[in-house]
Amino acid sequence: MNGQVIQVLVSHWRRHLLQTITLLIGISLATALWSAVQAINAEAKASYARASDQLALGQFDEIRNPSGNMQLSQYVDLRRAGWQVSAVLDGSMRVGGRYVQVMGVDMVSAPPLPAITQVENVSSPPEPVDLLTAPGRLLIAPELQDVFEDQDGFPPVIVSDALPPGYVLTDIGVAERLLNRSGQVSRLLVLPEQPLGVIPLSELAPDLVRVVPSAQMDTAQLTDSFHLNLSAFGLLSFAVGLFIVHSTVGLAFAQRRGMIRTLRALGVPMQRLVQIVLGELVLISVVGGSIGLVLGFFIAGALLPDVAATLRGLYGAPVEGQLTLRTAWALSGLAMAVGGTLIASGQSLWRLYKMPLLEGPGLQSWLGSTISWRITALVGGALMAGGTILFATVGGLIAGFTMLAGLLTGAALLLPLALSSTVALVSARTRGPVAQWVWADMRSQLPGLSLALMALMLALAANIGVGTMVSSFRLTFVGWLDQRLVSELYLTTNDEEQAKRINEWLAPQVDAILPIRSIELPHETGPLFLYGVVDDPAYRQHWPLIAQTSDAWSQVIQNSAVLINEQLARRSDLWPGEKLRLTPNHILPIAGVYSDYGNPTGQAIVSMSLFEEIAPNTRANRFGIRTKPEGAAELALALRQQFNLPPNAVVQQAEMKNQSLAIFEKTFLITSALNVLTLGVAGFAILTSLLTLWTQRLPQVAPVWALGLTRTELSRLELLRSVLLATLTACMALPLGLALAWILLAVINVEAFGWRLPMYLFPTDWLRLFTLTILAAALAAALPSLRLIRMRPAELLQVFANER
Amino acid sequence: MNVKAFLLFLLFPFSTMAQGYAGLGGSAEGFNVPQRGYEFEFPRDHGPHPEYRIEWWYLTANLIGADGKEYGIQWTLFRSALRPFESNGWQNPQLWMGHAAITTPDAHFFAERLSRGGIGQAGVESHPFEAWIDEWYMRGDDFDTLSLAASGTEFSYNLSMSATSPLIFHGDQGYSVKSTDGQASYYYSQPSFDVQGVLKLPSGDVPVKGEGWLDREWSSQPLSSDQIGWDWFSLSFDSGQKLMAFKLRGVQQDFTSATWIESDGHSEALPNGVMQFNPLKISQVAGRDVPTSWRLILPDRGLDIEVSAQTPNAWMGTRFEYWEGPVRVSGTHSGRGYLEMTGY
Repeated sequence: MNGQVIQVLVSHWRRHLLQTITLLIGISLATALWSAVQAINAEAKASYARASDQLALGQFDEIRNPSGNMQLSQYVDLRRAGWQVSAVLDGSMRVGGRYVQVMGVDMVSAPPLPAITQVENVSSPPEPVDLLTAPGRLLIAPELQDVFEDQDGFPPVIVSDALPPGYVLTDIGVAERLLNRSGQVSRLLVLPEQPLGVIPLSELAPDLVRVVPSAQMDTAQLTDSFHLNLSAFGLLSFAVGLFIVHSTVGLAFAQRRGMIRTLRALGVPMQRLVQIVLGELVLISVVGGSIGLVLGFFIAGALLPDVAATLRGLYGAPVEGQLTLRTAWALSGLAMAVGGTLIASGQSLWRLYKMPLLEGPGLQSWLGSTISWRITALVGGALMAGGTILFATVGGLIAGFTMLAGLLTGAALLLPLALSSTVALVSARTRGPVAQWVWADMRSQLPGLSLALMALMLALAANIGVGTMVSSFRLTFVGWLDQRLVSELYLTTNDEEQAKRINEWLAPQVDAILPIRSIELPHETGPLFLYGVVDDPAYRQHWPLIAQTSDAWSQVIQNSAVLINEQLARRSDLWPGEKLRLTPNHILPIAGVYSDYGNPTGQAIVSMSLFEEIAPNTRANRFGIRTKPEGAAELALALRQQFNLPPNAVVQQAEMKNQSLAIFEKTFLITSALNVLTLGVAGFAILTSLLTLWTQRLPQVAPVWALGLTRTELSRLELLRSVLLATLTACMALPLGLALAWILLAVINVEAFGWRLPMYLFPTDWLRLFTLTILAAALAAALPSLRLIRMRPAELLQVFANER
Repeated sequence: MNVKAFLLFLLFPFSTMAQGYAGLGGSAEGFNVPQRGYEFEFPRDHGPHPEYRIEWWYLTANLIGADGKEYGIQWTLFRSALRPFESNGWQNPQLWMGHAAITTPDAHFFAERLSRGGIGQAGVESHPFEAWIDEWYMRGDDFDTLSLAASGTEFSYNLSMSATSPLIFHGDQGYSVKSTDGQASYYYSQPSFDVQGVLKLPSGDVPVKGEGWLDREWSSQPLSSDQIGWDWFSLSFDSGQKLMAFKLRGVQQDFTSATWIESDGHSEALPNGVMQFNPLKISQVAGRDVPTSWRLILPDRGLDIEVSAQTPNAWMGTRFEYWEGPVRVSGTHSGRGYLEMTGY
């Protein structure tokens, strides 16, 4: 018997091919975006883990100098005191227009790194003498092969796939020459086996600190918020996709009521029917999910290079541009598809299960009613309130996202009631039979369209919200860059001796030389970087203060106050007027807070004289140079030539700005791509809803046609109605979008990055979006309208004949 | 090839990596080769000879603890040159390796250190004498009065030593032939140090006293490509006489050499084939068959002795592995000494 029942049930999908395809597309779209984001996140995390292994990051305790680099002699002193440590010199250099990370290790004492082991085990390995003595060898990641291809002046390269992208691994003796940092060491790895009776570090070298792996800067932690953002977007798309599934499944069930009633009358138990329908849904969701996975894999593949570029730029996190297929990813994607489909169909299944045996095949019964709208609206309101309360009481990034989700879902649930009330209001004030019919008809269609409209509203709100955030951020960021990068050139010298010579040479030809010195201090909120500055009008005029007491700079220059960055202010909740403890002897009032976008750590600024008192032995080898902007490039070139400096020792402000902006653009390229995709999904949801409604529309349209409205007029009205509904929805999406933008800027950003951005409004963007929406709605209604025009009058007449 | 393995390869070319030995060539690549008739000059020659490929400062000592137990210690610094010169900084082509060990009656502790020259982490100065790698050192105002320290994860020692006899030059006045093909090294020893100090062991501190033997050797290619390992003895007899003897094991033929040292410091070099070496007992050490007991015969001197390991388990599980430990001597002569066996 099962065979026949299945045949009968499946015949529905065969006869309604469009419905079948719609359902499959809905499931695929939901799965595709979600799994694309998951694939990107998984790839990035795998890259971090791989990079950590490949570079032995986070595997060893490290010894560092909080004020910057160590000298080679400090390494030797520790070694001669018995400490088993291995020296590492990190840095970046420019090769063929691109920055690459250089990690120089002492190949004699370094723990076994995969790349070195790999290179040593090939059939004709490089001779150790070549690795250890001049010119040395560079082990490079495969994607750097092209970069080094036509470059002169570098040691011969050896390609190793055991290196993270963008990395060059070499002997420390080679690295110090490439980076022009002779005799310097960035950090020491503390090897696992230490001899008996070594003198403690605090006695031996009190200026050095030992850092355990858990306290080291962890890429995965650093990029967590970025990935959470991506996930949130994926989830939003998933939800939008499920709206399609929900409406299609609902319709299919409603249309099969008659069939089911017949089957039951023939003696098929309800239990069995539900089981078979369940099986059918699982099968469809697996097929749709598989298509979605394939799609998702391609979307992820297309987006990954940009994501990788962003992560490299923002966090220096190495991510490969290549995607690998993971079983866990595929399985979880399928599980999401099946689970999502079942949840989206739950209501329909339940109704089917509860359907009385003799219930007529009425179509309206699967649609909502005003009463249930009130209930959904209540639930919506509760969700919004719940999210807000959770954030207010618990706080944190996850609670922030929960509030966001509550707001979006809540608003979506409120939409049907809002729309129907609006339509009712307009309808009551409308005169003329046709107009009254149009509004009344629109209201009667609302239940069938409401889910698609919810999807549209969510997509629009996301677009407005994210668009506002991105544009506000760009505006703020560009302005901030202009303020913050006060010097035309930034110079890093090899040592203080060289710094002195360069200063003497520069002094007569530039407006000012501003020394930049910094030291890392411990603070309860994590490492705090203290900077010393000299008095210069450039700082007073341009430094981007977001909160300050009067005459902040003068107080700082007079050694009586400190400036802190926004991250530190928010983390430790310290604002102007309160006091910051730098050292036990230096507790200073805060004169101002400055914005510091893109920096994950806390920062403070004091006058140079106070800095020298706090950290007397800090090296002075970094400088900002103020000069005429038009002569900056020339001066940079002259500096490099005169003192034989490597290219990255002198950086131009313009170059830094371009680089920062490029990173910024890349970051939001992904966001906008996801935005467009979400909107596409929503447009499709409207199309499917209109199409599914279409079959039920005939009984309503036929009488109006019989009363004298032509098919052309009717189809025009169809279009108009769709556009009107979309416009109404768009109007309701605007405040939601702005609320979303505000939460993103003032809540999510603060929680994720530690800075708050001012919100700017961009009405032209909304206008463009509205036009797009109306176009999409018109396009979605075009097919049903076209059908109406082409419909033979006989078919319309048939409606009356078929009426029960 | 692994840098560390390469370092060892230079030092022990007869090891498992011997197949690559031929690639090193003879005396080419700019390294000097030992010549017969070389006139040693001190303190200069206590220091390093970077123009030669390999060199070592090799000290072993047989000690008696205040607890009455017998102990042995080893302190070795190897130099291995990638190129025949010195320079400052990381790219100095001189590589250094230290080995240190304590052998107790029932255990063997060892440690290893690697470094490169040019940055001050390891090196040797001839006067005042200091040889060091990391915190390990052997130093003194001159070569006769030295203090010595080394440590590992489980042990450390601090010893002071004073020489009680003149230097001994092996082979032809320090020119020590190593094969019938003519490979040779410069080789001299200070075979007699009074040693005292303290050993730190997991069981506690042990004051010790005893006698030490320091070997100095440098060359650019000490072995022929056919040689696969060696058995090296430094023995001090109760009579005051001493014996240095080694057998280089070849695939085709063995090569032996020895130096007989009288108690007054006079020595006689014994050419290839005079000294007879017979393994008596094979022990399983670190999964290998190692002869831990030997019969040595020198008919001219009426010597017929059995040399057996005080602790058979004296395996140096360093990157390149070998056996090195104190031995007891019985038979026509009795005494103590050290044995080194490689290539097993």
